[in-house]
Amino acid sequence: MTSLLVIIVLVLLSIALWQLTKIFDLTQVGSIKDDSQVANDGDNNVQGYLMFGFLAFIYIFTIYGLIKWGPLVLHTPASKHGSMVDSLMNITWVLIFIVQAITQALVHYFSFKYRGNKSNKALYLADNNKLEVIWSGIPAIVLTGLILYGLYAWTDIMFVDKDEDTIEIELYAQQFKWTARYSGTDNVLGKANVRLIEGVNTLGVDLSDPNAQDDIVVSELHIPKGKKVHFKIRSQDVLHSAYFPHFRAQMNCVPGMVTEFAFEPVYTSDEYRAMPFMVEKVKKINDLRQAKSKELVANGLPALDPYTFDYLLLCNKICGASHYNMQMKVVVDTPEDFKTWLSDKPTLVQEVKAANAPKPVEGAIGADSTKTNDTAVIAKIAMK
Amino acid sequence: MSAEGHDHEHSHEHEHHHKDTFITKYIFSIDHKMIAKQYLITGIIMGVIGVVMSMLFRMQLAWPEESFKIFNVLLGDKWAPNGVMANDIYLALVTIHGTIMVFFVLTAGLSGTFSNLLIPLQIGARDMASGFLNMISYWLFFLSSVIMVSSLFVESGPANAGWTIYPPLSALPQAISGSGAGMTLWLVSMALFIAASLMGSLNYIVTVINLRTKGMSMTRLPLTIWAFFVTAIIGVISFPVLLSAALLLIFDRSFGTSFFLSDIYIAGEVLHYQGGSPVLFEHLFWFLGHPEVYIIILPALGITSEIIATNSRKPIFGYRAMIMSILAIAFLSTIVWGHHMFVSGMNPFLGSVFTFTTLLIAIPSAVKAFNYITTLWKGNLQLNPAMLFSIGLVSTFITGGLTGIILGDSTLDINVHDTYFVVAHFHLVMGISALYGMFAGIYHWFPKMFGRMLNKNLGYVHFWVTAVCAYGVFFPMHFIGLAGLPRRYYTNTNFPLFDDLQNVNVLITTFALIGGAFQLVFLYNFFSSIFYGKKAVQNPWRSNTLEWTTPVEHIHGNWPGEIPEVHRWPYDYSNPAHDEDFVPQTVPMKEGEVVLHH
Repeated sequence: MTSLLVIIVLVLLSIALWQLTKIFDLTQVGSIKDDSQVANDGDNNVQGYLMFGFLAFIYIFTIYGLIKWGPLVLHTPASKHGSMVDSLMNITWVLIFIVQAITQALVHYFSFKYRGNKSNKALYLADNNKLEVIWSGIPAIVLTGLILYGLYAWTDIMFVDKDEDTIEIELYAQQFKWTARYSGTDNVLGKANVRLIEGVNTLGVDLSDPNAQDDIVVSELHIPKGKKVHFKIRSQDVLHSAYFPHFRAQMNCVPGMVTEFAFEPVYTSDEYRAMPFMVEKVKKINDLRQAKSKELVANGLPALDPYTFDYLLLCNKICGASHYNMQMKVVVDTPEDFKTWLSDKPTLVQEVKAANAPKPVEGAIGADSTKTNDTAVIAKIAMK
Repeated sequence: MSAEGHDHEHSHEHEHHHKDTFITKYIFSIDHKMIAKQYLITGIIMGVIGVVMSMLFRMQLAWPEESFKIFNVLLGDKWAPNGVMANDIYLALVTIHGTIMVFFVLTAGLSGTFSNLLIPLQIGARDMASGFLNMISYWLFFLSSVIMVSSLFVESGPANAGWTIYPPLSALPQAISGSGAGMTLWLVSMALFIAASLMGSLNYIVTVINLRTKGMSMTRLPLTIWAFFVTAIIGVISFPVLLSAALLLIFDRSFGTSFFLSDIYIAGEVLHYQGGSPVLFEHLFWFLGHPEVYIIILPALGITSEIIATNSRKPIFGYRAMIMSILAIAFLSTIVWGHHMFVSGMNPFLGSVFTFTTLLIAIPSAVKAFNYITTLWKGNLQLNPAMLFSIGLVSTFITGGLTGIILGDSTLDINVHDTYFVVAHFHLVMGISALYGMFAGIYHWFPKMFGRMLNKNLGYVHFWVTAVCAYGVFFPMHFIGLAGLPRRYYTNTNFPLFDDLQNVNVLITTFALIGGAFQLVFLYNFFSSIFYGKKAVQNPWRSNTLEWTTPVEHIHGNWPGEIPEVHRWPYDYSNPAHDEDFVPQTVPMKEGEVVLHH
C-alpha cells in the first residue's frame, strides 16, 4: 500500500514538473521562442521554488522517519560498556542533526532566494580568511571533543586488564555455525589448532594440554549477568564476524589468529524481555507474523511460530552462500542459573572418550589407526 | 578570446594535416576528446549493468518470498529457477554491482571522461602529453570491462565474495561458488583496470605539470584541474598497492603460497596454508580502498566547483582554501584506511590512531561544504540541470558525510560496522554524490563533447525524481542499520527479530525501482541529443574557462590557431570592473584592475 502511494505521488510529481515547465514554454510563445536549452528566468523561478520545496521534503521526511522508524533502532544496551557507546552516539546524533538542519537549510534556501534573474548581478566576493578560519576551527574543536570521548571509551572497551576478573569463553566460527567453548574451572582455555580437528573434537582442541581437560563445548551460548565475559574468537575457514547487536559488541573471526572482545551483560534475557520497549517491539513483530500466517494458512502452508525475544549472535562478515543464516542464541542467566546450566554439561574430554569407547558389538573389528591414536591420547590424559 | 577571430582561416589548414579513417577517428583514436567520449559511453553501459543489478537484489530484499519472472529472464534457470533468486547469485549481484559502480562507472566513467576531456582543454594544451598512452589506457580499460562482464557468464558464477574480496573466502573455491573461475576473471580484470588507470593518471599528471599554456600558473587553474591532478596523484600512490594485493591473492589461489591464508579446515580437510594473514590483505586492500573513495569524489567536487561558480555567476568562494582542502584531503586519505578495520582484529591501539586521522578529514570536507554554500550566497543562480545536480551533490555530500563522524569513531563503529548504516553512509557520500557530479559534468560539458545541447526539461525531471528517490532509498536505510541489520544478507526471514524492518525494505526498494526507471529519461535525453539535440553555441553557459574558446566542431589540436594566452584566474564572474558578468581567462587585465584572490 505504501509503495502504491509512493508511486502515485512520484508520478503526480513528475507530471506536475512536466506541466510547470510546459507552462513556461507556452507563456513564451507570444514573445521570442527560447529553445536555447539554457535556463532562463522562468526556469530559475520554477527550479528555485522546487529547491525550497525540496528543503521541506528533507525536513518532513526526516521528522517522519524519526517518528515512524525511530522506534525500530536498537534500544537500551544490554552490556555495561554499551551505555557509554550509546551516550557518545546520542551526543554525536544531536550534533549531526543540528549541522544537517542548518546546512541543508542554507543550501536550499540560498538556491531559492538567489535564483537567477536578468536584472540581478551577483556579489563579487572571492575570499574571506576570517570565515575560513571559523569554519575550519569550529569543526576542529567539536571533533577534538568527540575524538577524546571516543578514544577514552575505545580504550576502556578494547583493552582488558590481565588481572581483571573475567570468564574466558571461546567463540568458534565455521561456515555457517557458531560453537562456544567454556574454559571450565581453571578459567583457561586449552590450546587448539584446526590440524587437530577429528571426530567429535570439532574445534581442534589439543586434548593433551592440561588446560583443556575441563573445557566444555556447547552450541548455545549462556553467559552470566554481572560478570565480564572475555571472548577468545577463532574461525576455522573464512572470515566471520561475531556481532552481538544488543551488547554493542563486534569482532571479526580470523582464521589463523585469535581475536578478543570482552563485555559485561547487565540484564538477563528475562529482564530484557520484560522491558516495556521490548514488549512493544515483540508485540508488533507478532502482529506482523500473525497477519502473514493468515496468508500462509490460506495458501495451505504452515503458520509462522510466534516470536519471543532472545539475544542473538549473528555473523556480520560475508562468509559464504548461507551467510544470511549463521546465528546462535545467546542466553544471559543469573549467576546461579549459569552455574547450574554449566555444571551438568560434559567436558570435551568426556565426550571424546564416550565417542571413542569401544562399542560392545563391533568393537573388536574396526580399530583403525586414528582410533588407536585417539585412545592413546586419552590414555595419556587419564594417566595424568 | 584573441584566437577566436582566426577560427576559420586556421581550421581548414589544420584539418588537412590528418587523414582520419573511421578506425583512427572513432576506435583507435589518440584524440583526448574522442577518448573522453569512449570512456563516458563505456561508463554509461557499465552503469546500466550495475544499476540493473541493484534493482534485482533490491527486489529480492523487499520481497524475499516472491518469485519474479524477470529474475528467471535475466539470470537464467541455473541462478533463478522458477523466478526464485539463488543465494549465490544474490551475493554475486551485490559483489559485481559494487565493483562495477566503484571502479568502472565512478572511477573510469567519471574521472576517465572528464580528466581526458577537460585537462587539455582547460589548461590550454593541444592534447595529452602522450596521446598514444592515453589510447592504450582506454583500451586496457575496455578490455578489463569486457572481462568483468564476461565473468558473469562462467559456469560457477561470477565473483561473489563481496567487492572487497577478502580472502580466504575469495581464495577458496570450496568456500563459495564464485571463488572459482569467476574470481580469476575478476582479478585479471582488476589488474588490467589498474594498469589502465595508472597510465591515465601518469598522463594527467605530466600533462598538467608540463603543458599549461602561457600565463596558466598553478593558481590560475580551474578547480576541476586541481581535483583531477590531485586525484591522479592519489591513484598513482595507491592503485599499485591493490595490484600487489591482487597478485599475491592470485599466488595464493593458484600457486599454493600462504600470503593471506593460514590454519584452514574446510570441506572436511585441513589445507596446507600456514602463516599468512587475511588482515594483511585487508590492509593492502584498504590502502587503495579508502583513497579510492576520494579518487571518486574529488573529481566530482572539482566538477561541482566549476559548475557552481559558473552558474552562480560568482567567483568560487575561497579558491585557495579549496585547493588547500583538496590537498589536505588527499594527504589524509592515505593515512585513514584502518577505519575500515576497527573490528578486524588488528591491535586496538591502531584503532585509536585511525579514529584520530579519520575525524580530521571532516575539517577540509567542512571547509569545502561551507565554501560551496557561501558561493551560492548572493549569487545570481542560473538553475540549469548541471547546477541542480551540483547543488544536489552538496546536499548529499553533507548528509552522507555527517554520518561519517559515527563510522569514523572506532567506539561507535563497533555496533554499526557492516550494517546497512554503512551502506546508507557510503552510498550518499560517495555513491550518489559522485553520480551527481558525473551527471552535472555531463549536462554541463555535453555541448563541448557533442556540439549539441541536452534537453533541459528532461534534465529537470531527471534531477528531481533522482533527488527524491536517492533520499527515499538511503535515508530509511540508516534506521535499519541502526536496528542492527547486517548487510549482504540474502534474506532476513531467518531472523524474526528483523521482521519489523520488512516494510522499510519494501519502501526502499520502491524508491530504488522508480529512481532506477527514471534514469531512462536521462539515457533517452543523452542518446537522442547526440544526434537531434539543439546545436550548441560556442559558450552556452557564458563560462570563463578555456575549453569554451575552442570551436564547437572538434578538431585535432583543439585550437585552430595559436593556443590562447591566459591573463587571469578562472572565476572572474560578475567582476564590477567589467560590463559582462563573466570575464574569460583570455581577457587581459585592465589597467588598475584589482586581483582578488591573491
